[in-house]
Amino acid sequence: MASVEGQQHPIGTYLIIWFLLFVLSAFSYMVDYAGFQGMLRWSLILIFMMLKAGLIVAVFMHMRWERLAIRCAILVPPLVLLVLVALMAIESEYTFLTRGTFFTTG
Amino acid sequence: MANDSAPGPGAAAATADGMTGMVSDWSSDQRAFKKVHWGKAFMWIFLLSDTFIFGSFLVSYMTVRMSTTVPWPNASEVFALTLFGQSIPLILIAIMTFILISSSGTMAMAVNFGYARNRKVCATLIILTAILGASFVGMQAFEWTKLIHEGVRPWGNPFGAAQFGSTFFMITGFHGFHVSIGVIYLVIVAIKVLRGDFDRKGRYDGVEIAGLYWHFVDLVWVFIFAFFYLW
Repeated sequence: MASVEGQQHPIGTYLIIWFLLFVLSAFSYMVDYAGFQGMLRWSLILIFMMLKAGLIVAVFMHMRWERLAIRCAILVPPLVLLVLVALMAIESEYTFLTRGTFFTTG
Repeated sequence: MANDSAPGPGAAAATADGMTGMVSDWSSDQRAFKKVHWGKAFMWIFLLSDTFIFGSFLVSYMTVRMSTTVPWPNASEVFALTLFGQSIPLILIAIMTFILISSSGTMAMAVNFGYARNRKVCATLIILTAILGASFVGMQAFEWTKLIHEGVRPWGNPFGAAQFGSTFFMITGFHGFHVSIGVIYLVIVAIKVLRGDFDRKGRYDGVEIAGLYWHFVDLVWVFIFAFFYLW
């Protein structure tokens, strides 16, 4: 890779990824169309979402061909958002219970 | 890398790959991001900050949705559209998703043709990307109009929890704003490609950097589609 300018990869690679993204989007749409509910629905949504995000970042944004230094600098920090998700989930559970106790009539 | 000749400490060619390479890249008195155009590094850092903006929006959406005691509107029904006499759930959102993915595909190919110094094809693909992006914004506007006519407001709606409207307008509005800015950005880059600006400069990283922004807009939509429309 070192001899070519920038990020050059075969067009075929992009077409395959494009096709895969289409298929995965169709699958996630089918999750709603088929009316799956509960854990099955949520896990399928998350799996298809992560696969699509991974393909876009890895191939379209060329992350898989970058050096580890920039991969880590960009991809690791967003993980702290998971801490925020956990904190806010606990907080909203508490708010929900409080509202149920004090603000619902009847 | 003949084009990576920008002078500066540590601009020397990268050595090892993997962990060893990362440790040496981050060592003192060196350029950390080797073989990466400075504009690309800064676009990535901007996108990282944007990740936190959209991340915070989606987390706040999760918070209000989890904490409300009023039932959340069923997105599948709210965003259904009547086509050919029957109601199809989420159909417009699905079409918008496919359009945005296609625009990402054309943009990825535009970057390739740029580096291959094929100006005409590169600019055509960028313009095609911009047209797809503009049609996405158009459909978003149609969606907003439809919902506003149905009485959805940031402070309430006829379908359920009031927070539905506020999070919908904030998240899709901010994303639509990103797409609109992206369309303008792409048109500017296409003009620069046609004028041969990047040929005079001797490098086509500008197209790749614009591509990064565009793919990010698509990436954010993947998360919005999953969490807001499907969940």
